[in-house]
Amino acid sequence: MTMDLPVWAALLTGFLVLLGAGLTLIGTIGLLRLPSFYERMHAPTLGSTWGTAGILLGSIVFFSVMQSRPILHEVLIAAFVTATTPVTLMLLARAALYRDRTEGSTAVPRRFSSHQEDAG
Amino acid sequence: MSASILFWSLLIAQILLGIAIAITAYRIMRGPRAQDRILSLDALYVNVMLLLLVFGIKTESTLYFEAALVIALLGFVATVALAKFLMRGEVIE
Amino acid sequence: MSRVLPYPLLTASLLAMWLLLNGTSVGQLLLGTAIALAASRLMVALQPSKPRLKGWYLLPKLVAIVVADIWRSNIAVARLILRRDQSRRMSGFIVVPLDLRDPTGLAILACIVTSTPGTAWVEYSSTESKLLLHVFDLVDEAYWIDLIKSRYERLLLDILT
Repeated sequence: MTMDLPVWAALLTGFLVLLGAGLTLIGTIGLLRLPSFYERMHAPTLGSTWGTAGILLGSIVFFSVMQSRPILHEVLIAAFVTATTPVTLMLLARAALYRDRTEGSTAVPRRFSSHQEDAG
Repeated sequence: MSASILFWSLLIAQILLGIAIAITAYRIMRGPRAQDRILSLDALYVNVMLLLLVFGIKTESTLYFEAALVIALLGFVATVALAKFLMRGEVIE
Repeated sequence: MSRVLPYPLLTASLLAMWLLLNGTSVGQLLLGTAIALAASRLMVALQPSKPRLKGWYLLPKLVAIVVADIWRSNIAVARLILRRDQSRRMSGFIVVPLDLRDPTGLAILACIVTSTPGTAWVEYSSTESKLLLHVFDLVDEAYWIDLIKSRYERLLLDILT
């Protein structure tokens, strides 16, 4: 199927895709192993930053060499993932903090004295 | 030569992502709390999107990018709605 | 200019996205332009605060720093996750006082901090300008505060005002 692909491109694509998949897997292993929620919160960012970037770069290399024109759909996905992951994580962190505080947990810091209007 | 390099590296990548998806599914089932489940669901969405991208490279089809984009979008909206729900107990205020 | 094209950058990026998704042809160009114009007119109703980019030439530097930092902390966090002994690592919350007030700048800083593995933006108080941060590998609190303030905040302040 991919006979006309040069070896360097195959090696580069393979390396990038494996790098991305490996980082994503390490991130999810973190999700499994880490003891508390706030620590686990850091783990999936591996998959959503360089995990995604690795696979997208591999795909850019592959499709550019195969069809000898740059494919820019990946840029769209990259931009979208970069813009959305922080938002979801921030919302989740705040929701978890809110829940822990209403339950009176001592593991989380108390709220800043004057609250209500938050940015971000 | 290049075909077999590509075949094996993509296969291994798919296996790695498959394991990652299984781990997130396990975390969704185990919890322990609602925020852990939502966090894992978000990671699951990202992993499935990546798996689709690898599948797209493997089949040499650009069709999967649109699917990956839609999955990423749905994952974002779902996670935001669920996080909002955790915060106040209602999705729409 | 301001009536027809209230947000030229938004219109341009919407058009670019449309063409990327649908392929480039004259018909798609016309349709995409119409939709981008209509959508940016709708944005006026939302009245987002318009950021003034004074030091826009510093943006590539910021992007380069962030990409390199994300790469480094990816490796660092991956090492920490795979380490056998999890109890040696300390993680915890720190409070960072911020000088940055601009909402756009804060949003960018939040995105940078959260998408870097190892640090997560948890809460911000606009009345006190204090940020609550969760750090994965908290060895030295002053190091992280200095990292946020001198590496990102300084540059964002230069870019925005």
